[in-house]
Amino acid sequence: MNSAQLISLLIQASYFVAAVLLIMGIKRMSSPVTARSGIQWAGVGVLVAVIATFFHSGMHHVVLMLAAIIASTALAWYSGKKVAMTDMPQMVALYNGMGGGSAAAIGASALLAFASMPTASFVPNQPHVNQSQLILAVLGALIGSISFTGSLIAFAKLQGWMDKTFRFPGQQVVNGLCFLAAVAFGAMVVLHLQTQYIVLFFAAALLFGILMTLPIGGADMPVVISLYNAFTGLAVGFEGYVQQNVALIIAGTVVGAAGTLLTRLMAKAMNRSISNVLFSNFGGGGASAAEIKGSMKPIDADDAASLLYLAEKIIIVPGYGMAVAQAQHKIWELSQQLIKRDKDVKFAIHPVAGRMPGHMNVLLAEAGVPYDLIADMDDINPEFPNCDVAIVIGANDVVNPVAKTDKSSPIYGMPILDVAKAKQVIVIKRGKGTGFAGIENALFYQDNCKMLYADGQEAANKLIAGLKAVDGGSGH
Amino acid sequence: MIDGFLALYLFMLAAFTGHEIISRVPVILHTPLMSGSNFVHGIVLVGAMVALGEATTPLQMWIGAIGVFLGAGNAAGGYVVTERMLEMFKSSKKPGSTSQGAK
Repeated sequence: MNSAQLISLLIQASYFVAAVLLIMGIKRMSSPVTARSGIQWAGVGVLVAVIATFFHSGMHHVVLMLAAIIASTALAWYSGKKVAMTDMPQMVALYNGMGGGSAAAIGASALLAFASMPTASFVPNQPHVNQSQLILAVLGALIGSISFTGSLIAFAKLQGWMDKTFRFPGQQVVNGLCFLAAVAFGAMVVLHLQTQYIVLFFAAALLFGILMTLPIGGADMPVVISLYNAFTGLAVGFEGYVQQNVALIIAGTVVGAAGTLLTRLMAKAMNRSISNVLFSNFGGGGASAAEIKGSMKPIDADDAASLLYLAEKIIIVPGYGMAVAQAQHKIWELSQQLIKRDKDVKFAIHPVAGRMPGHMNVLLAEAGVPYDLIADMDDINPEFPNCDVAIVIGANDVVNPVAKTDKSSPIYGMPILDVAKAKQVIVIKRGKGTGFAGIENALFYQDNCKMLYADGQEAANKLIAGLKAVDGGSGH
Repeated sequence: MIDGFLALYLFMLAAFTGHEIISRVPVILHTPLMSGSNFVHGIVLVGAMVALGEATTPLQMWIGAIGVFLGAGNAAGGYVVTERMLEMFKSSKKPGSTSQGAK
């Protein structure tokens, strides 16, 4: 064995080790106890594979490569460290989009190489274009491009750089035509392998990613980000096949499958199909058909504090409004004050509260709430009838009882938290507006519901002050 | 050369692995896990490096460089945000954190 063969063997061995570490890493991330070590294992896996790749035979442009890696790593590292926990979902969208773009770039590079064959060959000793590699290069590039521009739009929307929804008449027809154009140009690339088709193919695919994401409303973003995450994984797997790199095939396909399952779990939690999220006009303008009787009854913080003081069992329901107000720390402070006074306090989390599945859990964990005080919807719903006071902070559609009663409502059938069954409900809300779905909330009009109009932090502060005023802050 | 049915088996087994790993995950880990799997596909950087390293034309070189730039951002950013999220997970049984016991 000569030294070139030995190096090649070592590179292959490194990729194998990387693949094992990545799978073990994801496995460890699926339990709270081992989760932290999981990301570190996966991190070592990628690092090993990256270092090994530098020793790949016939590598050119190494200086440019290093410059690109260092510049991008520095930027991403800095932005990732600096971003507030509430803004995590859009950062995940952004980094995911970058991965999709990278996979699309690999596809573009491979297609250009194929187009100029036999002078350039991706696989040694194989001067002819391999049809299966060509097809998967096109497929991976299509999916990667959609994930790239789609994720960037999702990022821009969540960052508040863009209107939540953007719609025009006949939009679905235009989107459909754009997708068909991308597929048709992709087929032309496979059949003819000419540069102009490659350019048209990428233009259509990138445009479709934008068009597809524009009409999707903020409430549906968790599902969309998760879907694009799966897309990027799949694209990486396909481009891995093009490059005959098993580590990419395995890691990409594992993420593709895991991401698809995660997306389905989330869509199921909203009682909707993935196609319904992508192609329906849910989330804007659609007023509920049924008129709601009654009025919203305001309450001031001192009266609300007295209600809490007299209660024994309290359930707190946070939503995205809490994240926007950065109120999670104050809410935990309030909870600690209540626990000090022997109250039974629990947090109830709807599966799609926030902007990512489990987003609320992350924010509460950041504030220091132990995860065993946090309950899932199925576990907590039977407890609401025995609950003296339920505090809803920044949640709206996920506690709206019309999801169970009003068949004409767009959210009919979505599983909700049964807050309406609590003896008393206090809703902390900035104003009288509707939720992301644009639907009036029947809960707010119920007799047992009082509205505390305030910013989340301010409301929590006042409630803490109110509690201390009742018993002099002694906790007894 | 991994081709034909061998490749199909590989994709199939990897897909089942991904499905199995996720299907028993508690809801509280969905976000970190999504972020973590986002990091895992950052291995795309390796592919982009090869694409850049084997580029023969200026166009391929720039496409490859963009790919490397984007891939490195996916890997680095994905790692940092995932680690930050997971850092915060603690249980009330650990000393130092307040819990139901703090009456």
